[in-house]
Amino acid sequence: MSQGGRLEDAMNEEVKVVTKQRVAGRPKLLVPQIAGFIYCPGCHEPLAARAIAEVLEKLGMGDRAIGVFDIGCNSFLLGMLDIDAVLTPHGRPPDMATGVKRVYPDNIVFTVQGDGGLLSIGADPLLGALTRAEKITIIMLNNAVYGTTGGQMAPTSLEGQVTTTTPNGRDLARTGFPTHAAEMIATFRGVAYSARGAFNTPKNYMRTRKYITSAFQKQMDNVGLSFVEIICACPENWRLSPIDSLKWIEEKMIPEFPLGEFKNVDRIE
Amino acid sequence: MKVRKGEIKVITGNAAAAYGAMLCRPDVVASYPVTPQTEVGEQLSRFHADGILDAEMVEVEGESSSMNITAAATLAGGRAFTATSSWGLMFMYDAMLQAAGFRAPVVMANANRETPGILAVSCGQQDMVSTRDSGWVLIVVENCQEILDSVIMAFRLAEDIEIQLPVMVNYDGFYLSYLAEAVEIPAREDVDQFLAPLKLQPERTKLVPERPLGCGTHGILVEFMELRYKHCAALERAKRKLDEIDQEFGEFFGRSYGGQIEEYRTEDAEIVVLASGSAAGTARMVIDTKRAEGLKVGLIKLRVFRPFPRERLTQALKGKKAIGVIDRSVCFGWNCGPIYMELRALSPDIGFVPMMSFIDGLANMDISIPHIERVIDEVYAASQGKSYQEVTWIPLEE
Repeated sequence: MSQGGRLEDAMNEEVKVVTKQRVAGRPKLLVPQIAGFIYCPGCHEPLAARAIAEVLEKLGMGDRAIGVFDIGCNSFLLGMLDIDAVLTPHGRPPDMATGVKRVYPDNIVFTVQGDGGLLSIGADPLLGALTRAEKITIIMLNNAVYGTTGGQMAPTSLEGQVTTTTPNGRDLARTGFPTHAAEMIATFRGVAYSARGAFNTPKNYMRTRKYITSAFQKQMDNVGLSFVEIICACPENWRLSPIDSLKWIEEKMIPEFPLGEFKNVDRIE
Repeated sequence: MKVRKGEIKVITGNAAAAYGAMLCRPDVVASYPVTPQTEVGEQLSRFHADGILDAEMVEVEGESSSMNITAAATLAGGRAFTATSSWGLMFMYDAMLQAAGFRAPVVMANANRETPGILAVSCGQQDMVSTRDSGWVLIVVENCQEILDSVIMAFRLAEDIEIQLPVMVNYDGFYLSYLAEAVEIPAREDVDQFLAPLKLQPERTKLVPERPLGCGTHGILVEFMELRYKHCAALERAKRKLDEIDQEFGEFFGRSYGGQIEEYRTEDAEIVVLASGSAAGTARMVIDTKRAEGLKVGLIKLRVFRPFPRERLTQALKGKKAIGVIDRSVCFGWNCGPIYMELRALSPDIGFVPMMSFIDGLANMDISIPHIERVIDEVYAASQGKSYQEVTWIPLEE
C-alpha cells in the first residue's frame, strides 16, 4: 500500500502547488496498481477504467455496477475497478452480462471487450444480445489489432495496415473490409444508444466519458441496449511511439471510424 | 537408402509446427490467435507473404470457424492445416467432433495449455485430455524437432486411405511453443517424396460436383453403429500405421521416435516410469543418473494418447515390478492422472503390480529433476513390497 500512497501524495502535492486546490484525483473506484502497472507504455485501455470509474461515481452507481470482461488486454481492467466482475471465455461477455442482468435488473451491468473479442469470435453473442434488446451496456475498445496475442489482423484493421498476420499490409481484396461496430449496432431496433469516442485528446476523453454516461443512463432508464466504441492507441503493436500513435489515430483511425453518436433514443418504438 | 539431410535453424516450437505444415504444401490454412499458439499462424502468414507457401489463408473469426473451414477443405479434396490451444480447442469442440465423424483428415497443432475456469496462461495437457473421446488421433511430442517431424508424419497418417482421420500434434505450451532450439528442416522436395505414397493410393471420398455426395447426413440405427464401428476400427489400424510411418521416416530422414511409444532402457528394467511431452526429456536424464547408481529403472515416453497403445505398452511393461505414471493433467472424478487411469485399465494384461499416479506440472509448475527422482524412489520402494500411496500431487506434498 505504501507505494500507492506515496504516488498519490506526490500527485496531490503537485496539484496543490499549481492551483492551491484539488482539481483532479484518483476516482475511488479505481484501484491503485500496487504490484506495478500492467499495461504497455502509451496504451489507452487504462483510461477506459478511469472513465468508467468516474462515470459510475458521478451517477452514484459505484456499489451497484457489475462488470463483465473478456479475454484480452481489457481483462486487466478487472483488477483496476473496485466493483464486482466476471471474466468470460473469449467473446462471451454479452451472454454472461445477460445472465447477470436477468438476476439484477436494477443494477448497471456492462461489458468491456476488444474489437477482436466483440466483432469476430464474439459476434454471435453480440448479435444475440442485440436481437433480444438486452438492457446491458457494451463498451468496445477498438485498437485495430488483437493486442494481447501480439498484434494480429483484427476485423477493424485498416487497409494496408501491417500486422503480424498481414506482413505486407492488409489487402482488402483478400481479407475483406474493416467492420464499423457503432454504425452497425445503431441499425438494431432494440438499441437505445450507440456512439464512438476516442482517448487521443483531453477533449475526446471528456466527450467519450459523456458517451459512457449516456449509455449507462439509458440502461438505468431501462430503454434498451447501449453501446460505446472507444478508439484506443496500441503503440506496442502498431510499432509506433505513444506520440506517433496519437497522430495515427487522428490521421488514419478517425477518418475510417468517425466519432460521434449514431443513435440516441429515449424510447424504443 | 541414403538419409536426406536438411538445413539446421534455431527456431521455436511454434515455428517448427509452421515449418512442418508449410513443407507439406497445404491448400488451406486457417487459425485464430490464442496464446501460446499464435506464432504458428503468424509464421505461416509470413511464409505466405514471402511466396513460399501457396495456400488459401483464411483470417477467421474464431476456432469454431477454423475447424469447420479446414474440415470442409479436406472434404473438397484439399490438404488443410490449423493450430490452436486450450480455450481455442474447447471453442472448436463441436466442429472437431464433426471433423472426426466426417473422417476429415485435418492436421492440427495444439500447444498444450490449461483449460478455462481458472485463468491459467500456462502449460498443462488438460486441453488435449479433454478431447480424449473426440475420435481424433492425439499425438504428444517432446521437443521442437519432433514437432516438425510429427506434423509431416501426421499428414501421412491422416490422409492414408486406411485411416482418414483428423490428427492433432500436441506439444507443451510455453515449454516448447516458445523454446528456440536447433531444428533440422528437411528439404521441400524430400518431404514431397515422403508424402508421395499418398498419391498412389485410391482416391479418398470427396466432394466432386459431377458425382453428388452428401456429407454429414442423418445416420440412424444400424448405419450409425456401422459408422462408429468403422471409425473405431480406423483408430485401431492407426496404431500399426504410426509405427510404420515412424520407421519409414527414420529411414528417410534419419530420425525416428519409436512410433506409438519410445522405450528407453526398459528391457532389463525392474521398474518403469511413464511420461509424455517435454517432461520425457528430463525423465530420460534422471533415468541415466539412477542407472549409474545401480537402479534398474526405465522410461516409456507415450507418443500417442488416442488410440491408446495398449499392445505396445503391454509388451513393454509385462513382468515389471512397479510402474509410476507422471501426468500433466487430472482425471476429474477419478482423482488421478488420465494416462495413469488408462494404464490401470491394462492391469489384467500387464499384471497386477503396484501402479502409482503422480500429478505434476500443472499451470507451468516444473516437472523438475528432484520431482522425477522422487517418483523413481517411491516406485522403487513400492516394488520392494513397501506400502505406497496410489496418487500423489507432487507440488502439494513437498
